[in-house]
Order: sequence, then structure tokens, then C-alpha cells
Amino acid sequence: MTLEEQLSTLAERYGGRGEPEWAVTRTDVLVVRRGEVVVKAHSQRDDPAELALRVRAAASAPLHGLMLAPLCEEVLRVAGRAVTVWPAGRPVSPDDLAAAPWEEGARLLAGLHAVPLTVLPPLPAAGGPARAARAVARLTGQSAQERLVRQAYAGLPEPQPLPGLLTHGDWHLGQLVRRDRWLLIDVDDLGVGDPAWDLARPAAWYAAGLLDPRSWERFLGAYLAAGGPALGEGDPWRRLDLPARTLTVQLAALALDRAKREGRELDETEQSLIEACGRIVGLQRSLR
Amino acid sequence: MQCPKCRGNMRTYERNGVHIEQCDNCRGIFLDYGELETLTRMEAQWHAAPPPPPPAAHGPGWGAPHGGHYGHHRQRSWVNMLFSS
Repeated sequence: MTLEEQLSTLAERYGGRGEPEWAVTRTDVLVVRRGEVVVKAHSQRDDPAELALRVRAAASAPLHGLMLAPLCEEVLRVAGRAVTVWPAGRPVSPDDLAAAPWEEGARLLAGLHAVPLTVLPPLPAAGGPARAARAVARLTGQSAQERLVRQAYAGLPEPQPLPGLLTHGDWHLGQLVRRDRWLLIDVDDLGVGDPAWDLARPAAWYAAGLLDPRSWERFLGAYLAAGGPALGEGDPWRRLDLPARTLTVQLAALALDRAKREGRELDETEQSLIEACGRIVGLQRSLR
Repeated sequence: MQCPKCRGNMRTYERNGVHIEQCDNCRGIFLDYGELETLTRMEAQWHAAPPPPPPAAHGPGWGAPHGGHYGHHRQRSWVNMLFSS
């Protein structure tokens, strides 16, 4: 049996009915939905022991109402891959971005960040910074754009040491599903880290001129109003700046990598990220 | 009034309640009695004033100039970016 067939069978065993629907979120991850059940074969890169801790945290009572709980608390092995089983939910509709649940996402993140680590099983480091490093490491070409992105990354200052909090590690609109309420999904990067990283991707979009100020203010305002602890007092950009710069570099690196694989030039959206990297490098130069 | 240094014509200006005579020729400045003290006091007040509140936190120094052209970001790659890692 192929991996696909085995995942499909596993979904059925957990009560999933109907035709399997395949979602290719990333090249190294395979997700199948059958009716009410979703089965995910994780990246071979993910450490199964760390994944097990993350799944257990998602199943634990303190995360109830914040993160989707798995149908199976264990990480299964299928054809050598780590596999997890989840109830299905309704994702955010990409067709109606005006109705995107920015506030709900922000409130869930604020709640997640406020969960004391002492009430959870032990967790590894959140995956955000490592993701950025991997995206830049893949960029080995010598084009002016690639050199600019590497330069922006190399010039990032060292982060200030902060006490770690529970952090999602890879937040975007695809990380929300609705069941009886909106919930966070995807435990792959969940862990202990600087929670400002969870706000950094929308911050990077906003700073690149991609996300409209209204949506950004809805998101940031809801996070602060919910008492989210990531940004401290005063100017929110004091804590956002470094993670948002890093996410800008990460997104630019991913865009270059994708465009190269698809044999095309960057489009206008992707170009905005390169321009943001240019401004980051300019600022780093002026401060030297 | 004539400039005591170059004999040029001096013109009177008023700046924040302080009369200043400035020579049209050599640009030298003449202060009346007490005016230097007034300036010194105003300078001290300026330095003691609480720092102005930081500008509303609208974004980082490296942010794009926001001109409200988001409408044509209906591109597929923007939507993909909103939803993927």
C-alpha cells in the first residue's frame, strides 16, 4: 500500500467517511481529509519525540478552547512517517478576506501566550527562528535579490533574552479552523519561545505594504485588548521589530525559492518583500 | 540704531517676547539688558520639558510608505501567503 492509501485507511479507522481529499500544504507534508477526520503525515524533518510532546500539549486541558485537540493523543508511524489524527474543521475562506477572523486569531494567540508553561507537559523550543534560518539557508544562488535577502538576514541583531512563553511558532490565517468556535491548528512548531513571533508574520505583511492598515489594526488591537503578553507596554513595534524583520526575510527567501523552482520572475506581491529587505538593509547600514 | 561693530543699520525683531536687534550688514546681534537671561531661561525650560510622546506606533522605520493601494493585491500569491507557512 502506498503512503496515501495507508493514510486514507487510517482516516477511515477513526470514523472518516467519504472520498479522501488531499491537501498539499507543503511538499514535505501530506494531509488527507475524509469527512470529519483529518490525517497528517508530518515532515521527515520533524523530530517524532518533540512532535509527541506537542501533540500531548494540544490534547491537554489548558489548551482546550484555544487549540484543536487531536483525536489520537499518540503520534502514529505509517510507512516510516510520523502521523497524527485530528477532527476536521472549516478553514478561513480565501474568497472573502474582508471577513477574515483577524480578531479571533489574535484573541486565540493572546490566550495561548498566557497559558503558564507549568500546567503543560514539557515542550521543546518554538519553531519560528529555526524556520527563518532554514528558509535563508536554502537560498544559495548569487542573484542580486538573493544576496540582498542573505545580507538582510546576516545584519539582524541578536534577540534580547526574554522569558519564554507558550508560542504557536508558525501563525497565519491557514492556522485557524472553525468548529463550534475558531481554534488554532498545527502543533508542528508549538513550543517555548518569544510570542511576538506569532504576530510577526502579519506585522511583516503590514510593513511590506501588503496587509492593509485596517486589518493590521484589527489584529493588533484585538491582541492587546485581550491582554496578550507578547508586546509589553508602550510602542508595540519595540518587541515586534526584530521578529517582523526576520519574517520579512523568511518570506522573501521563500518567494525567491518558489519563483526559481517555477522558472519565473517575482510577481508584485513577492517584489514587495524584496523591497522591504532593501529597506531593512538600508536601515542596518545607516545604524552602523 | 547703528551697529556698534560695523556701523551698519540694525533692525529690530521680536522672537517669543524677546527683542533682538540684528545688523543688516554683519548679521551681528545686540541684546538689551535682561534679554540674555530671558533666552537662557527659555532654553532651560525647553530642555526640562517632558519629551514629546512617541509618534503613534504606525510601523517600523523600514516599513513601506502606506499609500492605500492594497486593493490590487488580489493576486493569487498574496492570498497563498496569507494561508501558508
